[in-house]
Amino acid sequence: MLSDKDRIFTNLYGQNDWRLAGARARGDWNDTKAILGKGRDAIVAEMKASSLRGRGGAGFPTGLKWSFMPKGDGPLPHYLVINGDESEPGTCKDREILRHEPHKLIESALIASFAMGAHAAYIYVRGEFYNEARHLQCAVDEAYEAGLLGKNAAGTGWDFDFYIHRGAGAYICGEETALLESLEGKKGQPRMKPPFPAGAGLYGCPTTVNNVESIAVASTILRRGGAWFAGLGRPNNTGSKLMAISGHVNTPCVFEEELGVPLKEIIEKHGGGVRGGWDNLLAVIPGGCSVPLLPKEICETVLMDYDSLRAERSGLGTACMIVMDKSTDIIKAIARFSQFFKHESCGQCTPCREGTGWMMRVMNRMVEGRAEIEEIDMLEQVTRQVEGHTICALGDAAAWPIQGLIRHFRPVMEERIHNYKQQHGGAKQVQVPASAPVATLAAE
Amino acid sequence: MVRVIVDGIPVDVPAGSSALQACEAAGKEIPRFCFHERLSVAGNCRMCLVQVVRAPKPVASCGFPVAEGMQILTDTEVVRKARRAVMEFLLINHPLDCPICDQGGECDLQDQAYGYGSGISRYHEEKRAVTDKNLGPLVKTVMTRCIQCTRCVRFCTEVAGTPELGAVSRGENVEITTYVEKALTSELSGNLIDICPVGALTSKPGAFQARPWEMKKTDAIDVMDAVGTNIQIQARGGEVKRIVPRVNDDINEEWLSDKGRFSVDGLKRRRLDRPWVRVHGKLQAVSWQDAFVAIARRLNGVPGSRIGAIVGDLCEAESIMALRDLMLALGSPNLDCRQDGALYDTSSRSRYIFASGIAGIDEADALLVIGADPRHDAPVLNARIRKRYLAAGRSGFPIGVIGDVGADPTWACERLGDGPGALRDFVAGSHAFAEILKNAKKPMIIIGQEALAREDAADVQALCTQLAESVGAIAEGWNGLNVLHTAASRVAGLDLGFLPRPGGRSVRGMLSGGVDVLWLLGADEFPVHAIGPETFVIYQGHHGDAGAARADVILPGAAYTEKSGTWVNTEGRVQRGFQAVFPPGEAREDWRILRAVSEVLGHTLPYDTLEALRERLRLGNDAEAVQPDVPGGQSGLDARPFTSLTQGYYLTNPISRASPTMNECARVHAPHTAVAAE
Repeated sequence: MLSDKDRIFTNLYGQNDWRLAGARARGDWNDTKAILGKGRDAIVAEMKASSLRGRGGAGFPTGLKWSFMPKGDGPLPHYLVINGDESEPGTCKDREILRHEPHKLIESALIASFAMGAHAAYIYVRGEFYNEARHLQCAVDEAYEAGLLGKNAAGTGWDFDFYIHRGAGAYICGEETALLESLEGKKGQPRMKPPFPAGAGLYGCPTTVNNVESIAVASTILRRGGAWFAGLGRPNNTGSKLMAISGHVNTPCVFEEELGVPLKEIIEKHGGGVRGGWDNLLAVIPGGCSVPLLPKEICETVLMDYDSLRAERSGLGTACMIVMDKSTDIIKAIARFSQFFKHESCGQCTPCREGTGWMMRVMNRMVEGRAEIEEIDMLEQVTRQVEGHTICALGDAAAWPIQGLIRHFRPVMEERIHNYKQQHGGAKQVQVPASAPVATLAAE
Repeated sequence: MVRVIVDGIPVDVPAGSSALQACEAAGKEIPRFCFHERLSVAGNCRMCLVQVVRAPKPVASCGFPVAEGMQILTDTEVVRKARRAVMEFLLINHPLDCPICDQGGECDLQDQAYGYGSGISRYHEEKRAVTDKNLGPLVKTVMTRCIQCTRCVRFCTEVAGTPELGAVSRGENVEITTYVEKALTSELSGNLIDICPVGALTSKPGAFQARPWEMKKTDAIDVMDAVGTNIQIQARGGEVKRIVPRVNDDINEEWLSDKGRFSVDGLKRRRLDRPWVRVHGKLQAVSWQDAFVAIARRLNGVPGSRIGAIVGDLCEAESIMALRDLMLALGSPNLDCRQDGALYDTSSRSRYIFASGIAGIDEADALLVIGADPRHDAPVLNARIRKRYLAAGRSGFPIGVIGDVGADPTWACERLGDGPGALRDFVAGSHAFAEILKNAKKPMIIIGQEALAREDAADVQALCTQLAESVGAIAEGWNGLNVLHTAASRVAGLDLGFLPRPGGRSVRGMLSGGVDVLWLLGADEFPVHAIGPETFVIYQGHHGDAGAARADVILPGAAYTEKSGTWVNTEGRVQRGFQAVFPPGEAREDWRILRAVSEVLGHTLPYDTLEALRERLRLGNDAEAVQPDVPGGQSGLDARPFTSLTQGYYLTNPISRASPTMNECARVHAPHTAVAAE
């Protein structure tokens, strides 16, 4: 459990002033010059020492990512791009940073940009975050006025500009290369990798794309030392992280917590327990909607961090868990996700474009039970055919929830099919188009 | 070079190659849809997935760069599964209407479905249907068949330079469209049909006409412009059904202009299929013998100096040679192959050809276009210029223009003026662009027919030569002073010396009664109405166009698809096309007609076979006997700007004028289409 002294986001709930004065009172912008004075390599080394892993979902070590940027002054400018396109269903952690801790983000962006030789940072803010973008703009204006941004930012001798770009509502633009495309004014479609953004990113220049939270914690890590951060959590899953609980709990919330805390403890402490008590729990999706769900048995013991969840064939994702109690139609819940991914697939590459629609249609029939038992296996195969064959991770994200459902709730799906057959008789319905009215079938 | 191991076979490929290229070097066939050698890599079809040892997932080989010692596996269970998966995904929303699809038989999807597809479908949901788009008179769309590979989008954007196609919507709903419905404006739009791997984009004029396996395929050379595009004529039962490009990296890469591809339907319309003789003002169908007798009777007693001959734009070298020999035998000095009245510096062959070669564009580092409109004069060549321009980046390949290249030449250029005056100022002054040319290692100058088909062409040419010499465009190992021709027969005509002999008359001199007998070999693009009323006109050609309408005797010849012939393109490259079909009716190959008539006229040409005629061609020309166009004439520069000679792109020769497709294109792309008030 995270103690108050180790908390990074001390104004997470916005009880205090989010503007510059308030941020300064909380320690932001305190002698930023000294941090930059340590030099580029020392900052990257400190970030590596902290073992911070990317907070956007994939969990790639942040310090390592920064170190991929070319050293020295090349012919091309370097860019830092901050991914604030937080569109994952159930996820709302970055929003709190943009709302209540904008200066932590801006200061960290200055430090991170310095560490990777960038004089400009762009933040891509989710289009729906209108008020958040305004808060951030307000903070940026304040920072410019106070000389913390612009020429010789914060007296560090480093010229630094910070630009806000608002998205237009596409989930895929949260994928780093699609985000770059969108930022360049093109259609948000992921790029092939390699080349990686550190080699050719925004406008073909070396670029690092980091999640809002990954950047925002940098200033605190550098003030308190990588060792302090690495001391929190478990090895390879260090530090604290913003998490959120939504769904069937008594007190849904966003909170900061150490990694490696048992999931059950988190739900009990922060979420106020599952609605109707722990035994009423059906399943938890631990990080956004892109990772496989965990049934109650696993939730009893699993720890909330990258490696523990991976060991359970799920993932930490954004660490924003969706809790479902026994009143949930779990098939319908996952079918809704399939619909989401079908809607958000960019349509560029074949498996995702065709597969998400296929999966959604089969899932919709599974909700009714209007399917054959064998189709569960077929659906599973389709998810395997999408997974790992696409340009970006959206294909994987569309496949995993269904795989989790089949892995843990196959009996429920089979029962649904049996029930449907009993009610409607016969096994012929599979061949009937999805839109055919059910009543006429029954009449036959 | 990088050593890569593909399925255990070590291969060396250049650094920066893709895994797909390495696999091909190792002799492994990698299926693909979106990848195309001449377009950027999209990597979206996912058909080319291969396994790379130590990579966590299968990788798209088309866009994956090789590294030293990389091990690629192309035939593992993972790869096979991935290919089957992608194929299944592509087919679930594909209509599977191969029996009624024009792409059937040459469809990448069909072919690869045989290799990687499953025999049954597991997809029982509703299929997607997409609204068809109207892309104009040339390209037919059946968008439900589209597999969203975006080859067409990339072709339009990169090669054609008319970024009109794009993909709207996302996910399953992605559609390829022109956003606002419109006809494609590119002169290379027909190539979309070739690059589309499925039947989504097919030929509109050729819809439901023939199946690819029914066609007899013959290699030939395109004559619609002077590029000499390598083509394949596909014919069924004596009728040319389709013309497609062949790959020739030195000339057309693998593109073909729309005029070359879609003029096909002009080959069976308005054809001259029997000899005619004008009797009492009316043309009467006669036998070959009667036509020859009519010619002999009229020529009887006419001195050679009163006989003239004009060669048209589509003729092959053999008939030009035969006509030249016949005319010289008749004692005529009045020969001309320049219908448009252009003047060339014939002092050296390199002065009237595209001296650097078309592939030389890839090497040039600065370009000045004088009196040419490459986009319309030679669309395929223009694609080269655009390719060079794109390869160099936005500012890397400076292009200057004197003359009119239209609103959108498909590359950015600096417009330096519109006429000879601007050229003179440019040569005399120290314009910034002149410095760019001077500093370029391989500067290129392209002179078009708009600058040469003028009274003051000799002066213009002298200025160009002076400029080329001063900026170093003519140097050891590099000759960047290029003439861009528009007539397929022109360079052959110049090479063979089909020009006025000493004391002879040019086209202009032969008009208005300058000669008594005028022999037109497929010549229709000169002021036919200006031929003197007393002049006896013999028209030898294949289409009933302007020349035939004026003719007193019509000798039906063969179109380029109907004869084996030699063509010389604008860069002076000698190429041979073969006969695909027979000429219609009583029409004959042109050299045979000339050989036959020469016998009747008592000057029998000394060759009985095509081989013997080609032997005669090989002996070279007697260009020294030609009256040279003197550079630096006396007329002085004209103030008129270099303006386009032809009205529009689509109707420039007898074949395209006879083509309903080309007429429809001309109508659709007419500059000021009247819009009916609704």
